[in-house]
Amino acid sequence: MSKIAEILQKNESELLADWMKEQLTAVRRRDLMNDGELQAQSTDLLRSIASAARNGNVTDVSGSDWAGVRERLTDISASRAKQGFSPDETALFVFSLKQPLFTRLRNELAKDPNAMFAEMWNATVMVDRLGLMTFGAFLKAKEQLIAQQAEEMLELSTPVVKLWQGIVAIPLIGTLDSNRTQIVMESLLSTIVATNSKVAIIDITGVPAVDTLVAQHLLKTITAAKLMGAECILSGIRPQIAQTIVHLGINLNEVITKASLADALATALQKTGKTVVRIDKQNGKAGENKDGAEVKQTPERKGA
Amino acid sequence: MTTLKSESVDIAGPTDVVILRQKVRAWSIELKFSLVDQTKMITASSELARNTLDHGGGGRCLMEMVSNGARSGLRLTFEDHGPGIPDIDLALKDGYSTGNGMGLGLSGSKRLVNEFQIASKVGEGTRICVVRWK
Amino acid sequence: MERIPILRMGNFLLVTIQVDMHDQLAMTLQDDLTNAIANYGSRGVLIDISSLEIVDSFIGRMLANISGMARILDAQTVLVGMQPAVAITLVELGMSMPGVKTALNVEAGMDLLRELVSAHRMETGDDDSEV
Repeated sequence: MSKIAEILQKNESELLADWMKEQLTAVRRRDLMNDGELQAQSTDLLRSIASAARNGNVTDVSGSDWAGVRERLTDISASRAKQGFSPDETALFVFSLKQPLFTRLRNELAKDPNAMFAEMWNATVMVDRLGLMTFGAFLKAKEQLIAQQAEEMLELSTPVVKLWQGIVAIPLIGTLDSNRTQIVMESLLSTIVATNSKVAIIDITGVPAVDTLVAQHLLKTITAAKLMGAECILSGIRPQIAQTIVHLGINLNEVITKASLADALATALQKTGKTVVRIDKQNGKAGENKDGAEVKQTPERKGA
Repeated sequence: MTTLKSESVDIAGPTDVVILRQKVRAWSIELKFSLVDQTKMITASSELARNTLDHGGGGRCLMEMVSNGARSGLRLTFEDHGPGIPDIDLALKDGYSTGNGMGLGLSGSKRLVNEFQIASKVGEGTRICVVRWK
Repeated sequence: MERIPILRMGNFLLVTIQVDMHDQLAMTLQDDLTNAIANYGSRGVLIDISSLEIVDSFIGRMLANISGMARILDAQTVLVGMQPAVAITLVELGMSMPGVKTALNVEAGMDLLRELVSAHRMETGDDDSEV
């Protein structure tokens, strides 16, 4: 058994006490984790390091004897990444084990400088590797978190809303790239089928800029909807965007465009055979209607 | 790039185009492509198989499930020993057609895949390789 | 020989394509439909492609051709039920089928067909048939 393993086993409680002291002076994040929890985590990790060092090579932390330690470190890093610890706070958690361990080694091997140096070196390698592993696991957990959030945002950013029987709208907000546009396109088209909507309004009030690529994506969506038997209305085109579209030479002649979502809705209602009429409040018919308007189904022109 | 599995399909007649489409569908589903990606890949395979049949006088398609470490994908290589294409750039233009089609076969299928390579020698044949990643 | 059935409903013809068509089958459908329009004097054709999982440029062209041929034979055509994935792919392929009338489903397609036929009849002042 190596000296390190011996020390880890013999002086567990002292080591732990020193390590805790180190940790609490180096990083104290009571806002993220209380002392009891930290103590439990540290005890658990120290025990698993002790048992790994007893069974295997102390510097070979990627070996099978260290599997338990690696698993614990990965879990700890992942949970710290989610709790909001910074990368250096997470790394210090492991690195702060150095000093307590070195102190013990110095005390134990004071009479044999050569052995002390050798063991110190082993301890350094061991703690450094564990620290790097923690750092790697922390980054990986962060990356996963970012990817997951990006995906959630992508879904969040494309709500298709039903405005009326047979009319859906998609209010686009933010910059459109081709990845996002593809998702927008698919969710709009599948909602058209699901809600059996004849008219779809694409509102771009919240889109800061329209370049050739975005315009092409919008045109493709409109063409695909047409192939499926639905008509698209493009609304919310701001004056600057209208200027860019003409300057870029993008042809929107085949597309119905309206200045506002309200205008687009009026057109959509008309296309589905409905009109908005003002109610005469004096005669009191359906007077509860707040804005004094109601939607009426206009009789569709039937053949013969 | 590593090949996970492969299969060669002969393209000798119109029914082979249908058989290839069905195989491409099965493999796309196995690779967990989204419905739109499946449809794009099947359509591209249909266009290119018809191209092999009509312009190359038949040939074969090598289907491969490939992986580049991070992603997996479907690679299709179409080969024929027909007359070849004298001007590839021209053949890749929208609306260019030698047969009775609309000239969307090559240019259109290029837009449906992630990678598109074409090599052709007059009198020897044509080889088109396409990849779509998941 | 394998054929896609054509149903006759009064002045209209109804076709539901449910199989993965090979090119010859598509050509046969084109022949059969144009013949049927001429034989029955049909005024409208409804083609339901809701079960079709792909439409490539060949089938797309066949569908556009049927619509054009029917128009010459004095019949209106409505294509219904194209799946979103199919529509996206067709657009990417470069086919927008500008002259083809479309509807979301058979019901909406029949309404549109009636509308088109009656509008067409008013234009041409033709009143020899009932819809």
